[in-house]
Amino acid sequence: MQINTFKTLLLSLFLSVSFLGFSQDKIENEIEEELDITEMILHHVSDSHNFHILDWNGHPVSVPLPIILWTNEGLVTFMSSEFHHDEEGKVIVEKKGQKLVNYHGKIYYANDTANADGAYVTLDDEEHPVNERMLDFSITKNVFTLFLSMIVLMLLFIGSARAYRKSENNVPTGIAKFTEPLILFVKNDIAIPNIGEKKHKRFLPFLLTIFFFIWLNNIFGLIPFFPFSANLSGNIAFTFALATITFLITNLNGNKDYWKHIFWMPGVPVPMKIFLAPIELIGVFTKPISLFIRLFANITAGHIVILALISLIFFFKNMYGDVAGYVVAPVSVAFVVFISLIEILVVAIQAYIFTILSALYIGMATAEHDDH
Amino acid sequence: MLTPEIGLIFWTTIAFGVLFFVLSKYAWKPILKSVNDRESSIKDALDQAEKARLEMENLQADNERILKEARAEREAMLKEARELKAKMIADAKDEAQTQASKMIEQAQTAIEGEKKAAMAELKSHVAGLAVDIAEKVVRDELSNKDKQIQLVESMLGDAALN
Repeated sequence: MQINTFKTLLLSLFLSVSFLGFSQDKIENEIEEELDITEMILHHVSDSHNFHILDWNGHPVSVPLPIILWTNEGLVTFMSSEFHHDEEGKVIVEKKGQKLVNYHGKIYYANDTANADGAYVTLDDEEHPVNERMLDFSITKNVFTLFLSMIVLMLLFIGSARAYRKSENNVPTGIAKFTEPLILFVKNDIAIPNIGEKKHKRFLPFLLTIFFFIWLNNIFGLIPFFPFSANLSGNIAFTFALATITFLITNLNGNKDYWKHIFWMPGVPVPMKIFLAPIELIGVFTKPISLFIRLFANITAGHIVILALISLIFFFKNMYGDVAGYVVAPVSVAFVVFISLIEILVVAIQAYIFTILSALYIGMATAEHDDH
Repeated sequence: MLTPEIGLIFWTTIAFGVLFFVLSKYAWKPILKSVNDRESSIKDALDQAEKARLEMENLQADNERILKEARAEREAMLKEARELKAKMIADAKDEAQTQASKMIEQAQTAIEGEKKAAMAELKSHVAGLAVDIAEKVVRDELSNKDKQIQLVESMLGDAALN
C-alpha cells in the first residue's frame, strides 16, 4: 500500500517532468524507464541475499552470503551463489526435496511450472508473490553489515577501554581521546537530564550501546561501496527490534507511579480517569512505534533521495540523449554531495533522537513523583 | 519494504544483545569507571584547594584580628597615658592653687593683724600726741587773759549756733 503510494508519487514526479512537450510514444517509453528506476531504488534500499559489489563486463560481481532457512523439512543451508545472481525467481535450487527460488531478495517455495516471464512464482495484482515462504534466518546483506558494525564497535570501544589502562590518572589516550567526548555527551546530555543523576547509571550502558549502534550503522549506510552501503538502519525490521528493546526496558522498569499514571491518572475526576486509561495505554505502544518508524523513514528517505538524484542522470540520458546526461550529471552529483552532507548530519541526529527519546521514556517510567 | 523480516529481527536482537553485554562488560564499565574516578579525583582536588583557600582566609583573618587587637591595645595605652598626664597636671595645678590660696590667706591674716596692731599703736601714739599738744596749747592760751576770753567767746558762739 505504502509502496504503491510511493511509486505513484515518483511516477507523477517524473511524468510531470516528461509531459513538458513530448509525444505520446515517448511518454510510454519513459514509464517503462522510470518504473525501472523505481525498481532499482527499491532494490537498493531493500535487503538482499548476496552483497553486490559492482558489474564487470555486464556480469555482476558479488559476495555470496550464507542462506539459512527453517523449511517444512527442517534446517536448510547453502550459499547464495547457488542462485547465480538470480532474483527474478528463474533459478531453482533444490534442497531436501524442496524447490526454492529467490524473488526480489526473498526465498519462496517454487511453483512446478514457470509463468510467462520465466519465474517460478505466482504474482498477485500488485506483483507480489503469493507463494509460501519459510522462516528465513539467512545472513543477508543487512545481517552481514550488522555483524560488521558489531565487530567495529567492539574494537573501537574495547580499544578505548584499553587506552585508559595504559594512561596514568585515567587520562584518555589514543582512540579514547576521540570516543570519550561522545561517551560523555551521551552521559551528560542524554542520560542524566532525562533519567536523573541517581538512576542514570543503570541505563547508561544500554543508551551508549544503542546510540553508537544506530549511529555507526547509519554511517555505514552512507558509504556507497563494499563492505558498507547496506540500508540496515533504514530497515524496518532492524528499527523494530531496537524499538522493541526500548519498549521492554521502559515497561519492565516502570514503577508504581508509571502504571498508576497510565491506568488511574491521579489528580483528575473518576470519569476522566476512565476516559484517559485507554489513551494512555495506546501511548505506551505508540511511543516505541514512533521510534522505529521515525528512524526507518528518515534513513530510507535519505537513501531514496540520493538514489533518485543519481537516477536523474540516466533518466535524462535515456530520454534526451547522451548530451542531456552529461549536462545533468554535474548538477546531479552536486546535489548528491549536498544531500550527503546533510545526511551526515541527519544520521547523527537520528541516532541522537532515538537515544534521547529512549532515555526520556525510561526516565518517565522510573521517575519519582514527589509532587503528587 | 514495510513488512519486517523475522530473520533480521532475530539477528538484530541477537547482535544487540551480544553487543550490549560485551560492551557493558569490557568497554562501558572500565571507561565509565575511569571517567568517574577521574571526575571524583578532580572533585577531590578542587575540594582540597577550596579547603586550603578557606584555611588561608581564616589565617589571614586571624592575622588581621591580631593586628587590629594590637592596634587597639596601643591606642588604649596611649589614651591612658594621655589621660594620666592630663590628670597629673590637673592635680598639680589644683595642689598649687590651694597651696597658693592658703599662703595668700595666711599672708592676708598676718597683714591684717599687723595692720590692726599698727593702728592700735598709731591710735595710742596719736592720743598721747594730742594730749601733749592740747596741754601745750591750753597752757599757752591760758597765760593770756584776752586770749582766754576770746576762746570762751568763740566757744560760746559755736555753742549758740548749735
